[in-house]
Amino acid sequence: MDSITAIIFNTAFYVLMAAMALAFVRFIKGPTSADRVVAFDIMTIAGISVIVFISVIAQRVIYLDVAMVYALLSFLGVIAVARYLEGGL
Amino acid sequence: MIETILTIVLAIISLMAAVYAVLTKKTLNAIIASGIISLLASIMFLLVSAPDVAMTEAAIGSGLTTVVFLYALKHIKDRRSTHDD
Amino acid sequence: MQLIGAVISLLGAIIIFIGALGAFRMPDVYNRMQTGTKATTLGSMLAFLGVGIAVPGWIGKIVLLVLFIIITNPISSHALARAAHYSGIKLTEKSVRDNLEEDYPDEVDND
Repeated sequence: MDSITAIIFNTAFYVLMAAMALAFVRFIKGPTSADRVVAFDIMTIAGISVIVFISVIAQRVIYLDVAMVYALLSFLGVIAVARYLEGGL
Repeated sequence: MIETILTIVLAIISLMAAVYAVLTKKTLNAIIASGIISLLASIMFLLVSAPDVAMTEAAIGSGLTTVVFLYALKHIKDRRSTHDD
Repeated sequence: MQLIGAVISLLGAIIIFIGALGAFRMPDVYNRMQTGTKATTLGSMLAFLGVGIAVPGWIGKIVLLVLFIIITNPISSHALARAAHYSGIKLTEKSVRDNLEEDYPDEVDND
């Protein structure tokens, strides 16, 4: 991987960190619980993208499995919170 | 370089989420904050190149713990409302 | 080829940032939900496909990951919006109409 590609991936890292910080500010401020779950969803997507970029920079394909497990299981958590808010579960 | 900055930012956000989980009034918000802490801890485990630990943290912390906590919270609320009547 | 993939990944990261900015600035839960789900779905798809272009040997796992995101993210947003509406969270004052309220007026705010 040459230097220009590494610089572009590092810039993408910083942009994703800023996105995660903004979603966390919404998590702190959010007036209802649904706002906090939305912020958690955005932070999960940003975290999965961070994991994929880490696997590109470290050149190890095993890290993609972690992203896959996380993409499936965060869905389960959000569905559980939604069922709880609706009164089911 | 980028790993150090990412670790510092993730540690600061994780610490703020932990303080929020202690200080909040509603239990549901504390459960969501524990999910966020699990996500950030999983990325930090990945940064010190331990993918198996990160995978276990993702499975246990984000999937199982949230569902079990919500199930327990629902049962506690049902029990309390029937005892008050 | 690596440069094209990196530029597409950067574009996806910027779209995720725009989605987070919309979730930070929008006035109520439903607007935050739509900007936080549509924009992040497109952004994560672009970021993963850029990685798949930059490293062509990983394209199988990347396609599987994009498939997971494209299935699970709209379902979770839909369930969350339904739960928020049924648990009685009001819309913002600028909203014009509420079709779900008109269709099922007695199921709202029963908790």
